Amino acid sequence: MKKMKLVLVGNGMAGVRTIEELLKLAPDLYDITVFGAEPHGNYNRILLSPVLAGEMTLPEIMLNDLDWYGDNGITLHAGRKVVKIDRVRRKVLAGDGTEADYDRLLLATGSTPFIPPIPGNDLPGVLGYRDIADTEAMIEAAGKYRHAVVIGAGLLGLEAANGLMLRGMDVTVVHLGEWIMERQLDRAAADMLQASLEAKGMKFLLARQTEALLPARNAQGGMNGRVGAVRFKDGMEIPADLVVVAAGIRPNYELAESAGLYCGSGRVRGIHVSDTLQTVTDPRIYAVGECVAHRGIAYGLVAPLFEQGKVCANHLANFGIGRYEGSVTSTKLKVTGIDVFSAGDFSGGPGTEDIVLHDRQGGVYKRVVLKDDRIVGSVLYGDTADGSWYFQLMKDRQSVAEIRDHLMFGQNKLGDAGHKGENRAASMPDTAEVCGCNGVCKGTIVKAIKEKGLFTLDEVKKHTKAASSCGSCTGLVEQILASTVGGAYQAVSANDKPVCACTEHSHKVVREAIFKHHLTSKEAVFDTLNWRTPNGCDKCRPAVNYYLISSWPHEAKDDPQSRFINERAHANIQKDGTYSVVPRMWGGLTTPAELRAIADAAEKYQVPTVKVTGGQRIDLLGVKKEDLPKIWADLNAAGMVSGHAYGKSIRTVKTCVGAEHCRFGTQLAMDMGVKLEKMLFDMYAPHKVKLAVSGCPRNCAEAGIKDVGVIGVDSGYELYVGGNGGIKTEVAQYLCKVGSDEEVMEYAGAFLQLYREEGWYLERTVHWLDRVGLDYVKAKVVEDGENRRRLHARLLDALKDARDPWQTSREEEAVKQFIPIKVEA
Amino acid sequence: MTDWKRICLLDDIPRLGSRVVRRPGEDDIAVFRNADDEVFALHDQCPHKGGPLSQGIVHGRKVTCPLHGWNFNLQDGQAVAPDVGACASFAVKVEGGEVWLAT
Repeated sequence: MKKMKLVLVGNGMAGVRTIEELLKLAPDLYDITVFGAEPHGNYNRILLSPVLAGEMTLPEIMLNDLDWYGDNGITLHAGRKVVKIDRVRRKVLAGDGTEADYDRLLLATGSTPFIPPIPGNDLPGVLGYRDIADTEAMIEAAGKYRHAVVIGAGLLGLEAANGLMLRGMDVTVVHLGEWIMERQLDRAAADMLQASLEAKGMKFLLARQTEALLPARNAQGGMNGRVGAVRFKDGMEIPADLVVVAAGIRPNYELAESAGLYCGSGRVRGIHVSDTLQTVTDPRIYAVGECVAHRGIAYGLVAPLFEQGKVCANHLANFGIGRYEGSVTSTKLKVTGIDVFSAGDFSGGPGTEDIVLHDRQGGVYKRVVLKDDRIVGSVLYGDTADGSWYFQLMKDRQSVAEIRDHLMFGQNKLGDAGHKGENRAASMPDTAEVCGCNGVCKGTIVKAIKEKGLFTLDEVKKHTKAASSCGSCTGLVEQILASTVGGAYQAVSANDKPVCACTEHSHKVVREAIFKHHLTSKEAVFDTLNWRTPNGCDKCRPAVNYYLISSWPHEAKDDPQSRFINERAHANIQKDGTYSVVPRMWGGLTTPAELRAIADAAEKYQVPTVKVTGGQRIDLLGVKKEDLPKIWADLNAAGMVSGHAYGKSIRTVKTCVGAEHCRFGTQLAMDMGVKLEKMLFDMYAPHKVKLAVSGCPRNCAEAGIKDVGVIGVDSGYELYVGGNGGIKTEVAQYLCKVGSDEEVMEYAGAFLQLYREEGWYLERTVHWLDRVGLDYVKAKVVEDGENRRRLHARLLDALKDARDPWQTSREEEAVKQFIPIKVEA
Repeated sequence: MTDWKRICLLDDIPRLGSRVVRRPGEDDIAVFRNADDEVFALHDQCPHKGGPLSQGIVHGRKVTCPLHGWNFNLQDGQAVAPDVGACASFAVKVEGGEVWLAT
């Protein structure tokens, strides 16, 4: 088949990112040609400020060098500016006469600095701040001249001023507004920022309107052609050998407009696009980036451009899913030693409330603006470690009512997932270990981010292995990423995070689709949801399999090949490839006969290690795979069954001796534990599930750190949920109090069924509770009796024909996987 | 000359699964079957920390090591980027529903 032709006009971050996303989806769909006005490959424009400041070099900020284009079969016309689009003949024409035909055209022409129409704005020495050439001109001027004036105290202006100052110039920042960065900061934060920049030597002239830029005079009094001073409306004049204008940007839409594409009028100018990033005028032509006006907004930050690129690529690949519905943006100033973060709307107004933490001496200011218990904006100065967390809460539109009293102290005060935010990424030394599982230190992560041009958490995980095992350092890695790439960092809402690279869809979407469309096989899921891979991967297949069997029990067939080896072999794989075998001991109870059978089996199969587990049972470690069916047969014969010590499933119900023996016991804890464990036998869940029953509030069974903890009191039982003793200790939250054993079964069963039906794969109860809120669970399980009984009934139904997997694995076909095929020499 | 050995029927290997082939005095070989009934054979040892690849999840023409999640191309045993490494691959063929391995 002949390939279609795709032409990209604009070799910048937005356009090339779109191409990268497209190549991931449909590598062979197009012959791609790229035109760029600059003579370089694609570089990270956001990092021009560190280059100006002398903290990075140009080669370090290249994202796609010239080889990348060749390697991907892309024709690059660098240094050739497209001057005409012929929509009738479907071709573009560059200034030097180069032509290219297109079937589809992608415009990513970016923006140019807005230069106010004042006299002298064309003098040599007057620059915008946009590209490598501007940066080089500024570096050159800094070597020759003394006085620099930056017009505009926005993000870019301050970064430029800082860079010039670090290069030895005397810098004055001139601003029309009452305070600096008034679009990103409120007055309190802006004043603090200004004071610390002044302490570094930067000068400010605020509420000042520039009237003219005056040429310099040489010794003889004649003009030497270069800019020499700035004059304000109030008559004041200051010397200026270099004037950098950073008073906003203008979308580059002239090319598009000349081709008859609608580019708006009045205040909202830019190439008008729909939610599919197609121009409203010509569906063959797409546009992304700063040249675009989408729903009346032209974005000037990088994160929205990447979001646009992703959606646009999807449509270019003919997948046709995904809509771009606008972006919520955050900003971070890239001035070393100064931390400023802002996001959303912090102008206040009716219905909003402010929570402010202000430590003037300590240089910390945090302001979070709430509306209807949700964050709508935040401004942070001095301590921005929690910026990405507030931003995430804002994007997720998550209610903060329950965490309001800790909100200002940050995420580490919350006991959220893992060690999130426990350290401040920015202040950590490079040698500090971030990922304890894989031994990755901060320096390695920062280096990979810079050298490989990484922007997302997934990319960092892949390249460095950080946060790819237990995941407890995920928050910290995200912080390092955010502080390294600055504004380019996109915090992805947990609700939208794709299951894996095989799909665009989140866990939420997949779960809902399986239920709504009554999908009962993985093939049906992959087909209905347009999976990119023929049969998924090690990440999505176990998730999909779980969703299928938990949504349609008895109907969807469990697929062993979609399960991790432990659940396929019903034993835990060890580092040397042997397995561990844990027979179930209901409620932690055993008998001399069982112990004898375990001892016999351990000797017979030469089990090297026998260990008592934390879950009150016995672990036989180091069993060879081919011995598994045999050792199970022996244990089955003694009446024992699988302990599911290997699964995303019910593990144990730990008990204390309870009122059966204990002089303090108020309830029969062992009996209660055994009943719960029997009810839940063979229950699979999004993640492992552990319970405990204590017979009195002394709580010897440690019920406070279990997914469901039951504590006997004189009048009945208290139920606790969402505890976790693992990666990060989480104390279970009080759910309710019940009177009888039957109620414990019903409430605990209903709670676990709700988790089974709504939790995302690999989400422990504590994280699920964090996401949906305890109030939601109480409403479904405690307050609504009818719903609780239905949930409990569904659980019992799902488990009604549960069988011991050790028994079933010894039968016919299933046993094959354990037996090696022997060949002769 | 290639020494082909018949090892099992194609149907003895589950789709998207594998079997271990044990040779006297030598390391195990993992024989995989994918969704399209293609069959591949790799040294059953991940170059990272020695994990048995035969126990991994098979997807497309790849397998994921069960110990630390490295991915390998089944055809040539090369690790999938950004991981670097390889494990030996062996010639394998299916004829008349029987699987033959060259050792």
